[in-house]
Amino acid sequence: MKEEIVIAGFGGQGVLSMGKILAYAGLMDNLEVSWMPSYGPEQRGGTANVTVILSDKAISSPVLDSFDTAVVLNQQSLDKFESRVKAGGTLIYDPYGIHRLPTRTDIRVVAVDAMGAVLEMKNSKTYNMILLGALLQCRPIVGIDAVIRGLRKTLPERHHHLIPLNEEALRKGMTLAGA
Amino acid sequence: MAEEVRLMKGNEAIAHAAIRYGADGYFGYPITPQSEVLETLAELKPWETTGMVVLQAESEVAAINMVYGGAATGKAVMTSSSSPGVSLKQEGISYLAASELPALIVNVMRGGPGLGTIQPSQADYFQATKGGGHGDYHLIVLAPATVQEMTDFVALGFDLAFKYRTPAMILADGIVGQMMEKVVLPPQRPRRTEEELRRQCPWAACGRGGREHRNVITSLELDSAKMEVNNLRFQATYDEIRKNEVRFQEYYCEDAEYLIVAFGSVARICLKAIEEARAAGIRIGMLRPITLWPFPSDEIARLASRVKGMLCVELNAGQMIEDVRLATGNSVPVHHFGRMGGIVPNPGEVMDSFLSYFPEAKK
Repeated sequence: MKEEIVIAGFGGQGVLSMGKILAYAGLMDNLEVSWMPSYGPEQRGGTANVTVILSDKAISSPVLDSFDTAVVLNQQSLDKFESRVKAGGTLIYDPYGIHRLPTRTDIRVVAVDAMGAVLEMKNSKTYNMILLGALLQCRPIVGIDAVIRGLRKTLPERHHHLIPLNEEALRKGMTLAGA
Repeated sequence: MAEEVRLMKGNEAIAHAAIRYGADGYFGYPITPQSEVLETLAELKPWETTGMVVLQAESEVAAINMVYGGAATGKAVMTSSSSPGVSLKQEGISYLAASELPALIVNVMRGGPGLGTIQPSQADYFQATKGGGHGDYHLIVLAPATVQEMTDFVALGFDLAFKYRTPAMILADGIVGQMMEKVVLPPQRPRRTEEELRRQCPWAACGRGGREHRNVITSLELDSAKMEVNNLRFQATYDEIRKNEVRFQEYYCEDAEYLIVAFGSVARICLKAIEEARAAGIRIGMLRPITLWPFPSDEIARLASRVKGMLCVELNAGQMIEDVRLATGNSVPVHHFGRMGGIVPNPGEVMDSFLSYFPEAKK
């Protein structure tokens, strides 16, 4: 098993954190893991992206030409990464603010209205967890239990009361992507 | 019990490894992309556990001179920075080398010259391996490609620095500094006691104790004849290091028709390119120098007699390629592929460059 993923959007949308939570879930499942952020000035308000690789074998390059799965959260990221999804791969996007839709027909394209869902949940901070749920619905590379174990391990004790909310967001995302 | 597998950035790993090694002091000044070294040390507060000193100096120049002072007393001390900050440290590094002091310097390289960018680069190869500061000296230069090597090279760097009484450098780049991957930390070693330090470092200026003479640490020797003797001693040490400490890793070299030479995280990008090329029947191997100084010249010369050509891949305009060409002479064509200014090539770009130089490889 090897999954090469890019998550891209605006700085502040939780792109890097989402990648980190996914990486920790991989660690929980004893996978090899690589997390490579864009750490440039784009992190400070522009577009941000992170490459996450989960594999049952040693990982060579943390830098990739193309991806099995792309999660894109704004138009710039869609424009940049749609062409870099491997044929047969998966493109997940939030249609909020997207005016030029993806056009490829050789990949699976999944629209996930995460923005609508956070408005419904009345908590914008669960945005990236909804998308992570959608990603895991489309590509079940790690289980939700591994994500929860990862959160439990990495979050300070004082934040553990937020784990049920995160789990709810993950399940919401799974439902949105499964529908 | 086996040490737990953890997930962390290369920069964080450096901080953990320094504490675990039993280092006595860290002196630094923040700069992207290595600030997590100092941040992590501040978070871990080793002064409350091992007694390690962690100090944010007022500048890089102050930090390297604190290292100079600490090293003179036999302490295991280190600093870290990124390219522009390491330029500021060069005077102090030359003094450390001339005073025959062990110390560890970490450079997590970013794009230059000047203030440049904050993205990854390998453009400080010349600075690290050919001096950097003034005078005839060398650093032992270790180039990590993984977060695990970021961890392991802290102990290796300190050990080599103390063994040869010369500063060692970890020459990393923004990729391996910023990326997270799995790592196993070494067990916690206690810091050396004063007695152990005096035994290990009879040269240290840590009080006369029962000694007959005072230890004086200086790089100044106004008598040229004596200064030449000092230089001859430094060179003899460098010869020993060249003889004993060359380190490298080879990938797919047994049946390779072509060779890529790359160091640090760039070697990993090349490895993916090589794996894809091999799937298409193109037999490329790779040599990854782990010590950039001393350079694995003999091994590269040996491989040169067996391959049709070489490609050096570096995040610079062509620096390590000079050492590769010195090693190979004119025996095989040696080409360069590099990106600059913080741009990191994909495996596909490496392959495109390879095929542009060696189109006949694609049968």
